Amino acid sequence: MQLLQSVLTRLFTTLITLIGVAVIVFFVIRVVPGTPIAMMLPPGATEDDVARLTALYGLDKSIPQQFLIWLSGTLHGDFGTSITTRQPVLALVLSRLPATLELSIMALVIATAIGGFMALTGTRLRGTKTEAAIDISNGMALSVPDFLWGLILILGFGVLIPIFHISGRISPSLDLPFTSNFYLFESVLRLRFDLWADIVAHMFMPALALAIPLAAIIGQLLKQSLKETMHLDYVTLARTKGYGENHVILHEALPNAILPTLTLVGVQFTFLIGGTVIIERLFSYEGLGNMAIDAVINRDLPLIQGIVILFAVIFTAVNLLVDLCYAALNPRLRHA
Amino acid sequence: MSYLTIRNLSANLKGRPDRILRNVSLQVAAGEVRGLVGESGAGKSMIGKAILGTLPLSIEITGGEIILDGTDLLKLPPAQRRTRIGQFCALIPQDPLTALNPSRRIGPQITNRLVDILRWTRADAEKRARELLAEVHIPDPERVMRSYPHELSGGMRQRILIASAFAAEPKLIVADEPTTALDVTVQKQILKLIAEMQARHGTALLFVTHDLGVVSKVCQSLSVLYGGLVLEDSRMTDFFHAPKHPYSRALLAATPKYTDPDGSLTPVPDAVVAATRAEVEAADRSAHV
Ligand SMILES: Nc1ncnc2c1ncn2[C@@H]1O[C@H](COP(=O)(O)OP(=O)(O)OP(=O)(O)O)[C@@H](O)[C@H]1O
Ligand SMILES: [Mg+2]
Repeated sequence: MQLLQSVLTRLFTTLITLIGVAVIVFFVIRVVPGTPIAMMLPPGATEDDVARLTALYGLDKSIPQQFLIWLSGTLHGDFGTSITTRQPVLALVLSRLPATLELSIMALVIATAIGGFMALTGTRLRGTKTEAAIDISNGMALSVPDFLWGLILILGFGVLIPIFHISGRISPSLDLPFTSNFYLFESVLRLRFDLWADIVAHMFMPALALAIPLAAIIGQLLKQSLKETMHLDYVTLARTKGYGENHVILHEALPNAILPTLTLVGVQFTFLIGGTVIIERLFSYEGLGNMAIDAVINRDLPLIQGIVILFAVIFTAVNLLVDLCYAALNPRLRHA
Repeated sequence: MSYLTIRNLSANLKGRPDRILRNVSLQVAAGEVRGLVGESGAGKSMIGKAILGTLPLSIEITGGEIILDGTDLLKLPPAQRRTRIGQFCALIPQDPLTALNPSRRIGPQITNRLVDILRWTRADAEKRARELLAEVHIPDPERVMRSYPHELSGGMRQRILIASAFAAEPKLIVADEPTTALDVTVQKQILKLIAEMQARHGTALLFVTHDLGVVSKVCQSLSVLYGGLVLEDSRMTDFFHAPKHPYSRALLAATPKYTDPDGSLTPVPDAVVAATRAEVEAADRSAHV
């Protein structure tokens, strides 16, 4: 009951946030210099041509007027038309969303696996050289940003030892039976593991580049939290009952140590999604982020707006999901 | 023959000369209640932890024996030692608010060891848990077993921890200041409950406390500890009539009579403390030659 209420409150504040984001983005991209029209016309176009096109896209009206037009369209599900591709923004953005979602989620899975493994190993072997080595590698992983990891990976496993693909989402020569853009997901559903392997070989490096810093954060936070939990009385009590170290870490400490980590990982995951913009560009991966950079270069105002709004929706959805997980894992909230 | 015999147990801060326990020897006979008293930092908890194998990583045992039912625990491989402790010993912890896992229901916290370590069936273990909860005077054991710790009061949780300690019919229970974290009103009830359970199950009990009033009520013998050194080891009646060590005498004088809780409290005189400290240092010197 209380949960439902808090979800509803969250949805309401989310709506306010989104409107705020829309307003800010709308005005900011219109006051920065450069217009889409200049990009579209061939050299030698006349003043007349410019004026005609400007009017066609409604860019001759005042900015508040433009905003009202855009807002009323948006509320009816019409996010406008991309200036460069002349396609509806909503369709364009939604066609790219699955690629970015798959990449982010794969990165999150990799980060959780690596970070969780580091944290558990570090806790199990606390006070040993292995723990020190884990701390050092976490520190190193954190001090290099994701796009540099991307470059390092491209050099290492794309060029020197070419075992992964360095660009694109899937090999262009393949016949695609897909009806959705969730390639990775659909390839599993269709049991087409040949395609699945090709997609993974494309996604793995960008996903790993995104995952490494997050893995280090998860590793550090969870290890810290585990070590604190290991000193608590109920863990000691479990030891006196005859349980071994592994059981104590996994069954007594971990379920409680996860909680504080979870919230921070939620925040960090939204940073990771932000990181897809550059990583997708680096790996020529056809997702939202790559599209966003093109849109900015071309000053494709409706498209930029659509993408930003979609990112904002994803961010708030992630935060909501984290809160729900937290509530589900914490009996104190579950029964409150 | 005593059930637990600790002989010349010494412990150090790892890699440092700081001594935590100094040649500690004590015995607990089967079914006996022994008090372990001393001021804060004397090493009472460390003795309990050494027995139960839960010493912090920063502390290492440098010598001695902990003989449980004829077997020296310190000579056993870790896994065997752990199961032996799990089977024959139990702990009643100090703070009931932190000694229960907040994310698990009460039922499994009592039954898990019976199922996982002692290989009982889940049904048997649950039946046992219900009986024990009734034994510690918890109304509606069924409901309590389904509850989470945060839904229960401190006194209730300490009852549960007592029930849980007796679950596997251990031969020895270490109770480390089991009432200090509780309300004064609840303290007496819990103390009575521990004494009652101990008598009914015939379990040997090592009762850690700094309250001689409590000791006089539940213990048959006691060890006085100062700076990790056992100063005195007496039968209860002997101790109260004629404490052997000057420090014990001062401690006894410093304890307000439990019949007269407002009685003035004389602190242990500085001279006695200084003499006792000198004794501890002398013990160290003789250990080094
Ligand atoms: N985790 C630890 N690491 C290092 N030294 C410790 C640790 N815990 C306690 N000590 C030291 O060990 C000594 C004995 O501590 P212990 O906890 O056994 O005291 P105690 O007699 O139980 O006191 P109290 O009545 O306060 O519980 C103290 O000098 C303390 O400083
Ligand atoms: Mg203590």
